[in-house]
Amino acid sequence: MTLGLINANPVVHAKKERISRSEDPHAVDALDIYDFVRDIRDPEHPYSLEQLSVLSEESITVDHELGRILITFTPTVQHCSMATVIGLCLRVKLKHYFPPHYKVDIKVSPGSHADEESVNKQLNDKERVVAALENPNLRQLVEECLYSNEL
Amino acid sequence: MTELKEIQRLEGHTDRVWSLDWNPATGHAGIPLVFASCSGDKTVRIWEQNLSSGLWACKAVLEETHTRTVRSCAWSPSGKLLATASFDATTAIWENVGGDFECVSTLEGHENEVKSVCWNASGTLLATCSRDKSVWIWEVLPGNEFECVSVLQGHAQDVKMVKWHPTEDILFSCSYDNNVKVWADEGDSDDWQCIQTLGEPNNGHTSTVWAISFNASGDKMVTCSDDLTLKVWATENTGMQSGGGFAPWRHLCTLTGYHDRTIFSVHWSRQGIFASGAADDSIRLFVDDDESQVCQLFIFIVTADIHKHKQFKCCNLCAY
Repeated sequence: MTLGLINANPVVHAKKERISRSEDPHAVDALDIYDFVRDIRDPEHPYSLEQLSVLSEESITVDHELGRILITFTPTVQHCSMATVIGLCLRVKLKHYFPPHYKVDIKVSPGSHADEESVNKQLNDKERVVAALENPNLRQLVEECLYSNEL
Repeated sequence: MTELKEIQRLEGHTDRVWSLDWNPATGHAGIPLVFASCSGDKTVRIWEQNLSSGLWACKAVLEETHTRTVRSCAWSPSGKLLATASFDATTAIWENVGGDFECVSTLEGHENEVKSVCWNASGTLLATCSRDKSVWIWEVLPGNEFECVSVLQGHAQDVKMVKWHPTEDILFSCSYDNNVKVWADEGDSDDWQCIQTLGEPNNGHTSTVWAISFNASGDKMVTCSDDLTLKVWATENTGMQSGGGFAPWRHLCTLTGYHDRTIFSVHWSRQGIFASGAADDSIRLFVDDDESQVCQLFIFIVTADIHKHKQFKCCNLCAY
């Protein structure tokens, strides 16, 4: 376990204004999904993914006809080892909301990570994802990121 | 026109069902057909078909043994033993003792999740594989004892499935490293070696290979992948007895455009049809088109779209 933070001085941005939106999964659009995920806390810093510009409204595309969601996120640094944790957080958060037949693809935005292909492959391998979430330490970290705002 | 029709939906598991296996000693001579299913709920369920009504019911639940997802299960060729592979890094061996299943052995050794388990044709050997990148071969000894005879290193990443050739003691493995590897015992003292690798240079897959299946005669195999294709491979001879030794496998054709998401499962039935199951919620059946000899050898004959599965996210196929 490293003692120093990977990115000790992240750039923090202001939160955007929120508008209350629809509850029905089939009526949600990219902005609704963004509302669900914008407050996920970064694994390393006491800021949300939105504040660190890891996510933005443009990160998300949804196709209701096919039942497909694509999220791309931008880790704060090129060698971020927390990229897979952030990806897991996104997946767990969305699973709670959408019916199981919705397919979610999660990727790092192109050029934003040194091991882009490798990270994307891990994030979208369902067996790796399930096995990771069965790891109690990882699971706990994910839950802290998802629910710390509610404490 | 061939049609795929759902005849029954079986409830019981409380988490995703990862895999299932038909008991090869059932379904004929008046013995009701039986299969086992395994799940993220850490249990294995045994299902039996009623001879008169044709309906399926759960006969047993194998629980309190695995401490994590049970990923794969395989009946021995005699149908007397069931091997179950789990994310808890162990493989359990179960025996049917008068209708109750008892865990008679636990195979340990893998460093992390076991993904697949498979018996050879004679039931004398068992193979397992794991995210630890290795493939283990176990010898089946009297008294339900199992001894590891070889640990095969070679894959660069998680090994997703192991499959024995239907007639020869040759083992095949497929991996997150996009390759299929072929393993054989070179000497007569458990000297297992990788004798062939089927990768991109051999017209192989360009992403994770999830499954392998052989046709009944063992001269063809089909693989499926995260690269959205199915590939059919062929070999010249089906026996080592020809004296010429091992004949390499070569790519026969690639089936593209039938699935638009990861293809997780493929299975070749004894009647010559093979079925694929993918993350696009569809099952496709393919048959050998005798007319043409080149690439579009296989055509799909039916698609069953399985939308909005409430509980099961993946679709695993075992064609009987």
